[in-house]
Amino acid sequence: MNDIIIKNITRIVIPFAQAYGIFIILNGHISPGGGFAGGAIIGTSLILYTLVFGREKGKKKFSHKMSEIAESGGIMIFVLIGVIGIIMAGSFLANQSAGFPQGELGNILSGGFIPILMIAIGIKVASTMISLFNILIDEEKV
Amino acid sequence: MKKTIANVLFLILFVILVIGILQMPTTASTNAPAYNDIVYHYINNGATDTNAVNLIAAILADYRAFDTLGETIVLFTSVVAVGSVLRSTKYDKEAKENE
Repeated sequence: MNDIIIKNITRIVIPFAQAYGIFIILNGHISPGGGFAGGAIIGTSLILYTLVFGREKGKKKFSHKMSEIAESGGIMIFVLIGVIGIIMAGSFLANQSAGFPQGELGNILSGGFIPILMIAIGIKVASTMISLFNILIDEEKV
Repeated sequence: MKKTIANVLFLILFVILVIGILQMPTTASTNAPAYNDIVYHYINNGATDTNAVNLIAAILADYRAFDTLGETIVLFTSVVAVGSVLRSTKYDKEAKENE
């Protein structure tokens, strides 16, 4: 897309959109939101970047290699937290009984492993959106 | 040999699942705990149980975290399926060169 207005507006909008997505992910356990919603916002901002600046520049921001790492990394963090629950408390994904630091009710750092799970889900959803989009628009010369 | 082991493992899994199904309640009942007690338990004890203010997040990521793990695996499976169909690999390029 070769339009200077769209390019400049996108440059201005994307940092705010991504900051808002990160805010929603990190506040998932104290206000409405969470990993799915925030990850969708971050993924959409990356899709906007790829649409405006083209696939080649988008590849530099979020390559296939990185999406592979993010895809598996999100689930690996999730399962790892669950396995910590098995080791510490005897049941998969045990929160309070496994001794995760609880923090004070209402703070950002509260709720045991819930913020970590939200971050993992956010990474997963964002990378799923952007990599599905990239796979579908890639014109491979097969 | 590998096939026999896989079949035996599948049979064992089948028997375990059937035992699990046989222990489930057979008739639907409005007195089931899922419809009555659990709601009040979540509302009254959610904050102390999980230490999260947002009750929805507490249910999604703590009480029902295993379900959320399944949801993320569904997303993963969708990407793997689309990628395996549409992404070109080095074998495709070799096949193209051999033509």
